[in-house]
Amino acid sequence: MAKYLLLKHYRGAPAAVNDVPMDQWTTDEISAHIQYMNDFAARLEGTGEFVDGQALAAEGTFVRYDGEGRPPITDGPFAETKDLIAGWMVIDVDSYERAVELAGDLSAAPGAGGKPIHEWLELRPFLTEPPTITE
Amino acid sequence: MTAAVNEVLLRSLTPSVLAILVRRGANFAAAEDAVQDALVEALRVWPADQPRDPKGWLVTMAWRRFLDATRADAARRRREDLVDEEPAPGPTPVVDDTLLLYFLCAHPSLTPSSAVALTLRAVGGLTTRQIAQAYLVPEATMAQRISRAKRTVSGVRFDQPGDVATVLRVLYLVFNEGYSGDVDLAAEAIRLTRQLAAAMDPRHIGYSEVAGLLALMLLHHARRATRTGPDGSLVPLAEQDRGRWDTEMIAAGVETLQAALARDRLGEFQAQAAIAALHADAPTAEETDWVQIVEWYDELARLTDSPVVRLNRAVAVGQADGPRAGLAALAALDDALPRHTAVAAYLHERDGDLATAARLYAEAAHKAPNLAERDHLTRQAARLNARRPR
Repeated sequence: MAKYLLLKHYRGAPAAVNDVPMDQWTTDEISAHIQYMNDFAARLEGTGEFVDGQALAAEGTFVRYDGEGRPPITDGPFAETKDLIAGWMVIDVDSYERAVELAGDLSAAPGAGGKPIHEWLELRPFLTEPPTITE
Repeated sequence: MTAAVNEVLLRSLTPSVLAILVRRGANFAAAEDAVQDALVEALRVWPADQPRDPKGWLVTMAWRRFLDATRADAARRRREDLVDEEPAPGPTPVVDDTLLLYFLCAHPSLTPSSAVALTLRAVGGLTTRQIAQAYLVPEATMAQRISRAKRTVSGVRFDQPGDVATVLRVLYLVFNEGYSGDVDLAAEAIRLTRQLAAAMDPRHIGYSEVAGLLALMLLHHARRATRTGPDGSLVPLAEQDRGRWDTEMIAAGVETLQAALARDRLGEFQAQAAIAALHADAPTAEETDWVQIVEWYDELARLTDSPVVRLNRAVAVGQADGPRAGLAALAALDDALPRHTAVAAYLHERDGDLATAARLYAEAAHKAPNLAERDHLTRQAARLNARRPR
């Protein structure tokens, strides 16, 4: 088994094929999209491949240490140029191929006109514990 | 016959059993662990063999567990002495110390999240696993939070009365911020608030607000089934199917509120409940008595001076005196307030400015604090965008 992180971006990924902001869709299209996402997560729970998923707010802040006795420095909200993560899903699957297949399914979620969004999702393998038998 | 354990009965006995152990000399942290062990044991044994005196059974079991733990801890000689002083078994006292436990678990030295967790476990009788599931954190994290909380209050004297207001804030949080899992936290909050009211002397200075909070919870809970659609989407108050509101619960809420108001010690929970009661009382959204609701918001603003109250008041003013009046009330408020943009969008829509409303709904969706609200606001923007020519 291997764990993968599926990342959805607000910004920073190449543009989707069907790239229309959601508030320009019809309300039925929005409902269909939400239904698709819920069904996708439910299906992965059913197959025993779902680990976790969360959506993130569209705004955030950079923070860094500023030396002993000083409060941390904050810089935000994020600049328009920053890559912005919209949410993630963690899956635990048997192979890379399966992970790619699932990411493809998720990217096919319907958008404007009821057509697939074809959005780019980022697929990142987890670095895991070393196996017991190595030779 | 193997019956399911009446979990609510079991959990309702938790605080008095715990208080008895503490009164017998067990320290709070150890007693709380022992009661938790006894609850788990009850869940295991009772289906086959329900005791005739459930409370007595729990006290005996918890005390035994406490002694086992104390004996095992050989270094703690002082507590060993307690073994010899084991009280003779007998009827348990009628008067319990439930109220004192509420104070302890909501002690001001605790953070809100710790107070919530400790209250749910020590007063509510929930297991650490159930609490962890409800707040979407790992069980080990919740166990740590609870044991730290117990250490924090370990030096607090058990027989000292505390501030009812801190207890009410904790119960309000439990009601308002539950997530998931197999426990209905809103129902649990109602049960705990009702139990608190029952444990209090009605002449207590804080009693009116306890009743006010209970009324507020009942009035909101009565509408719960209609607040979300079958697909999980939010249904605003004006669009809820009022025929599906729980009229019995509303009647109970109104009655509780009226009794509280009659005591003439107005507080913020009573004022909030009064607003909820006016909504519950309207047969249709159009028949809502917005003028009275504005008056209650004025009262609430005097009591709390909260900007969130003023924001909600602006919505009510928009209904009572028209959207322009609502927008004027809104203009006086900081636009960084949560939901300020959503309220502005709504008022502009009612004022007929659909383009501005659509833009503001989309902006509000961008700032929404949760997915349900974000989806709802996106739909609002989409609905208006579809209606106007591009």
